[in-house]
Amino acid sequence: MTAARPALPDRHPSEAPPPAVMTAAATAAGPRAVAALDGVVVAYRDRVVLRGVDLAIAAGERVALVGPNGAGKSTLLRVLAGLVTPSSGTVTLGGDPVATLDRPAIARRLAAVPGQVTFPFSARVEEIVALGRLPHEDPFRGPRAADRAAVDAAIARVGIERLRGRDARELSLGERQLVLVALAVAQAAPLLVLDEPTVHLDLRHQVAVMELLADLNEQGGTTVLAVLHDLALARHFFPRLAVLDGGRIVADGPPDRVLSRERVRAVFGVDVALTGGPPGR
Amino acid sequence: MTIGGRTLALARLRGRRPAGRLHPAALAVVGLAALAAAVVLGVGAGSVALAPGDTLGILLRAAGLPLEQTWSAAAETIVLELRLPRVLTAVVVGGGLAVAGATFQGLLRNPLADPYVLGTASGAALGAAIAVLIPVRVALLDLGLLNALAFAGGLAAVAVVYRLGRGGPLAPLTGLLLTGYAVGSLLAAGLAMTMYLSGANLRQIFAFLLGGLEGSSWLRLAMTLPLVVGGSLAILARARALNGLLLGEEAAAHLGVDVRRERGILLGLATLVTAAAVAISGLIGFVGLVAPHLVRLAVGPNARHVLPLAAILGAVLLVCADLVARLLGEIPVGVVTAVIGAPFFLALLRTARGGYEL
Repeated sequence: MTAARPALPDRHPSEAPPPAVMTAAATAAGPRAVAALDGVVVAYRDRVVLRGVDLAIAAGERVALVGPNGAGKSTLLRVLAGLVTPSSGTVTLGGDPVATLDRPAIARRLAAVPGQVTFPFSARVEEIVALGRLPHEDPFRGPRAADRAAVDAAIARVGIERLRGRDARELSLGERQLVLVALAVAQAAPLLVLDEPTVHLDLRHQVAVMELLADLNEQGGTTVLAVLHDLALARHFFPRLAVLDGGRIVADGPPDRVLSRERVRAVFGVDVALTGGPPGR
Repeated sequence: MTIGGRTLALARLRGRRPAGRLHPAALAVVGLAALAAAVVLGVGAGSVALAPGDTLGILLRAAGLPLEQTWSAAAETIVLELRLPRVLTAVVVGGGLAVAGATFQGLLRNPLADPYVLGTASGAALGAAIAVLIPVRVALLDLGLLNALAFAGGLAAVAVVYRLGRGGPLAPLTGLLLTGYAVGSLLAAGLAMTMYLSGANLRQIFAFLLGGLEGSSWLRLAMTLPLVVGGSLAILARARALNGLLLGEEAAAHLGVDVRRERGILLGLATLVTAAAVAISGLIGFVGLVAPHLVRLAVGPNARHVLPLAAILGAVLLVCADLVARLLGEIPVGVVTAVIGAPFFLALLRTARGGYEL
């Protein structure tokens, strides 16, 4: 996987990406927004999880959402996917309020890579990836040739051809993660959303997944929003970071500006310096 | 079928499908041929031996072919009025239980689920036992009080489980399963009490608990058939939701499945099919558990293939089990399915490819 990609282009935020894109993105609440949250408040019974979140993601952006445990990151993704209804505020996908879209319509606009998944029955990798076509499938006729082609393309894109006939339950966690990414790629939605895609992965697989996301974003034009815990990975592979803390976006912009020593101390409660240069490979 | 990971020539038919899987359409053809053979065998065999040619002739003539009658009128009566409705009831009940089993397994993401897992069996059994206890004999058309109360009991039990099992602090599926267990235990206590009180009628209750097709008739079949076939087809139309649920409820929602709605509908349909089957046949175990697993081993987990193939296999299994039950002198068919099914299920659990992740 890693070898399939040539030398890692230097994505160090101090050099890349062009700042023009960033400013456009930061104010992209207009029709170009692939996804937007506007003043979103979410409360579970007596606990307020999101306290007025504004976040707009423009087509073609690659955004990492970081923040401490319990900050509301997963809830934010669930709100975006219409799985949690906010108590106030609006959520739009592709310009339309999520509340007005049915589940298949949402699934055609937003593909989510599920977190940890268990398989109750024996299933081959290609059968799992094929599930990504469900939102496009005719309920009665089932998958068509175009669906099968999309599955093949997704498997090739993620570079897991050698796994396609394997039982998904025999795979390592890293391989499973790639399979789930392939599933979301097969879903062919303009926005790809991932909740901690590198959890449980070794460094090699972490970099492989990050490179794949960068590739899908830069070559395929897929907009990517990923919740990440690893700040080093986030700052190296993502041109835009949004920091969620206590249910609020407390910083949003290029990594160097966002991940200052003071802010990391304030948000995460640890005193570390995220130095420049790519992470060890 | 698959032997040690190697597949027979059947698996290598053209068409794109995962390596090591059998072609679903080819398997369906083989399954239907086996079902036809099992039906003819089931109709031909019994306490009165009939020549296979005569059996086939009677069936084909009844189907409208202009054949000359070379057999006795008694043979025709045995075939058309006694054995055929019974064998076809086995087809409908076996197929329905397999579809319901596959649905519950997929819905609950639990390979140990069977059609009775959420209380259909205990509800139906209590209904049947109460019917036996009631001194009044009521018969509407061909259906007795026992069939009606068993059907209603099965539906009511799952309705209670569904109402109690959601909305609690537990995850929906865990809540349903645990509630099903609790309600089932309560109903079992009710059943035990009813059996204790039933005195001379105990045998009748046991007959229901062990399952049997000796009470089959055209009229009963005609009343069960639309429920089982209609329910099964409606489930098949929702195969997409079952496929999405392979990855769990959250992932299914992301794949465009309205999970809460589909869960309610599929649960209702599978319960309807189960209750309709149980009402005329009693509790027949293992068909609904084993048939879907066997089919998944052959063609993979896609519900679009699993549901129809499991129906065919379930039908074949129950027709054969009923044949064995009759040949052994009318022993309860549920005993036969358990004796065949349980060791078979154990073997299934021990094969690597049947391994499960819970």
